[in-house]
Amino acid sequence: MNKSVNNIIRFVFFVLLQLLILDNILFLGYINPYLYITFILLLPISLSSIQVMLLAFALGLSIDVFHNSGGVHASACLVLAYFRPFALRNAFGINFDFKTLKFYDEGFKPLLVYVSIMVGIHHLVMFSMEAFSTNYVSRILSHTLYSGIFSISLILVVLYLIKPSKK
Amino acid sequence: MQQIISFLLKFKTALVFWGLLALAIALTINANTYHQHKWLSSTNFISSFVLGIKADVADYFYLKGENMKLMEENKKLRNFYLTHQNQIVATDSLSFTNDKSLDSTYQIVKAKVIANSYRKINNFLLLELLEDFDLSADLAVISPQGIVGVIEDYNDQYARVISVLNPTILINAQLAKTNHFGSLVWDGKDPNITRLIDVPRSADVAIGDLVETGGNSLIFPEKIPIGKVVSFELDQNRGYYNIEVELFTDMTNLRNVYVIQLKNKEAILELIPETNE
Repeated sequence: MNKSVNNIIRFVFFVLLQLLILDNILFLGYINPYLYITFILLLPISLSSIQVMLLAFALGLSIDVFHNSGGVHASACLVLAYFRPFALRNAFGINFDFKTLKFYDEGFKPLLVYVSIMVGIHHLVMFSMEAFSTNYVSRILSHTLYSGIFSISLILVVLYLIKPSKK
Repeated sequence: MQQIISFLLKFKTALVFWGLLALAIALTINANTYHQHKWLSSTNFISSFVLGIKADVADYFYLKGENMKLMEENKKLRNFYLTHQNQIVATDSLSFTNDKSLDSTYQIVKAKVIANSYRKINNFLLLELLEDFDLSADLAVISPQGIVGVIEDYNDQYARVISVLNPTILINAQLAKTNHFGSLVWDGKDPNITRLIDVPRSADVAIGDLVETGGNSLIFPEKIPIGKVVSFELDQNRGYYNIEVELFTDMTNLRNVYVIQLKNKEAILELIPETNE
């Protein structure tokens, strides 16, 4: 119970943070961090993949409504949710399969791998859906790369900022 | 039956995934098509409320620049008024007893930009009207410097505008010098540069020429400045110019805009059998 309230607050927090603050950054004109996917990264691994997909879809859709972008973020988040188990297994290995995973106990490197895979998938799908045409391949790739680097660093900073303190 | 259910249960994750993905793609296609009813739009209650609050706060940071822009526009209009004042008196033998005859063709409404995008490929703005007005679709939106876009979706107070930085709309534009017209379209790259295409070979184009809205549209009034020519090339095969136009409006920094309605539009539309704009 306590956990789901926590997650609802987190959901609203990340949507508002993205819309009100991060969308104004536009470093060098187009490089923008997409931090809201941290919500999906942090969902408990005990959730079934259908639950994760529905939550991710809702998250993406709420960003889309504000951006007037149809289903761009919704599809990117959905694909992200679909690949989350693969990314977790790749980054954290055997611990994920035994459901004994604790993000922060694994050290920095697996976390970096996990965040990078997820951000890469999300940004690639998002920018492709946004362009929605093969005329903009170089644009899609460059935006994925530059915004991706920005997003990865910011997400890692945030992950360490909200790290629960050890008792 | 048992088998169908067990089949569905076995592939339920994949089914949910593909179902939602199909929905998301359908929404995206819908959003990429001009003149379609949008299922999801930022004119809804929650998003216009949140974006409105954000704009209210952000407005204070731009007051100085906005004042300068409006002063600049005022200066231009004063200048125009002073130079044309005598002309009007001299040439017009009609007396202005009926005030309506002065500006009966267009109605101008003040509006504020509360959300604006310019780095995507399909860009939109969200406006909040600052006075009461019955909105409709396909109204022109202009800024103190030039054109901004066309209203596409609306509710009583908020309107969603397709920005000129959106490849789904073509705007009728002409070269001010020679009145040769073409279509203004954005190629999705630089938010300051758009293209004027389909200007015939016979036009005399030079760098720095003024480009303005043309008279072949029921959306924009004629002769609203758009921008100036920065480069051009003649497509030898097709015999048309491809002109790059630098916009006067800084699309990355918009606050105060005007919505313009052609008053007797319905009457004009009735005369045109089937328009395919």
